[in-house]
Amino acid sequence: MVNTRSIEIAVGAFVVAGCAALFVLAMQVSNITAFQRAEGYTVVGYFQNVGGLRERAPVSLGGVQIGRVTAIELDQSRLEARVEMTISADYDDLPSDSSGSIRTSGLLGEQYVSLEPGGMPDALKEGSELLVTQSALVLEDVVGRFIFNQSAGDESE
Amino acid sequence: MTGLLQRLGAATLNNVATLGRAACFFGRILRGLDELARRPGLLVHQVYSVGVLTLVIIVVSGLFVGMVLGLQGYYTLVDFGAEESLGVLVALTLTRELGPVVTALLFAGRAGSALTAEIGLMKATEQLAGMEMMAVDPERRVMAPRLIAAVISLPLLATLFTLLAIFGAYGVATAMLGIDGGAFWSQMQAQVSFTDDVLNGLIKSVAFGVVAGWIAVFNGYDCMPTSQGVSRATTRTVVVTSLIVLGLDFVLTALMFD
Repeated sequence: MVNTRSIEIAVGAFVVAGCAALFVLAMQVSNITAFQRAEGYTVVGYFQNVGGLRERAPVSLGGVQIGRVTAIELDQSRLEARVEMTISADYDDLPSDSSGSIRTSGLLGEQYVSLEPGGMPDALKEGSELLVTQSALVLEDVVGRFIFNQSAGDESE
Repeated sequence: MTGLLQRLGAATLNNVATLGRAACFFGRILRGLDELARRPGLLVHQVYSVGVLTLVIIVVSGLFVGMVLGLQGYYTLVDFGAEESLGVLVALTLTRELGPVVTALLFAGRAGSALTAEIGLMKATEQLAGMEMMAVDPERRVMAPRLIAAVISLPLLATLFTLLAIFGAYGVATAMLGIDGGAFWSQMQAQVSFTDDVLNGLIKSVAFGVVAGWIAVFNGYDCMPTSQGVSRATTRTVVVTSLIVLGLDFVLTALMFD
């Protein structure tokens, strides 16, 4: 029979290992860091169609992630999707006329907001609005247009 | 014909009666928890024999389950050019389903059967009756610590299983399949939610812990006090726990993820 003290130590190590495993799962596997409000400022963009954009999708400029989408809702007066993005405070000098477009990473990848820098000297700040936006590319529309063009081409021949 | 009907009815009534005894037994154990609060030392020994001694099988099977998942997931995903999503696939499968369920099945085989055999033999050798003679309540002294030890151990084991399996899959992905480790983790972190996936998996494993502990302890308590009775009770523990865990997993999944 193993003596009581070593049993206690083994049980203690077991409990600690289990809790440590949960901690690692939280930090390494899941996006619990997304709950810790990232320091940054919020920028708003209005899009006619956000396609499959989700909350927590990345916001990137030049392929580098600079923030995340924090909220997507319908603006009833403009009848457009209002997308709120939090941009990391490290990037506090983006031109205020930067434009936003919704892109897809790869053919089947997730959608993200891509910012294109403008040329204005003043910077985007808390509550700024992206004046120029480009909606998500909806694959059905593209395919539909392609088929429409094809059939129109056939008739003219 | 009447004989058949009679036997069928008797078997049904027997099963219903067993279910009723199990429910009453669970209630008595819950009432006996106060003793456990006064004497936590009883619990430590049981967590050792139920949890710590199960670690080996959990660690080894966790690693291999993760490695197999990594390989099989890769073969499917590579057809779509989406092999970078392997981390998401593996992590979601493990945190939501495989971690809690496989751990509960292994637990039933390793610890549940041992609990039933131990308590069954205590009954067969009239140790339980002896305790009652000395005014020691065996439900408080023997059953309650074992049940609670199962409830504590199973979530810890399931968490370790999930973590090791994910690292097993990571090892296969980076060393054998040439997937970029950064993409493996970053896609996983973007898709796996702590509350929806990790916590729900943990809740599942607590529920499985209650079920596995309850069935194991009750079958030992309820067995025929003979060597054959103990062996039957041990088998029944493994079979019934496995079936109920799989069924309960379906119900919990339907409730948790929509």
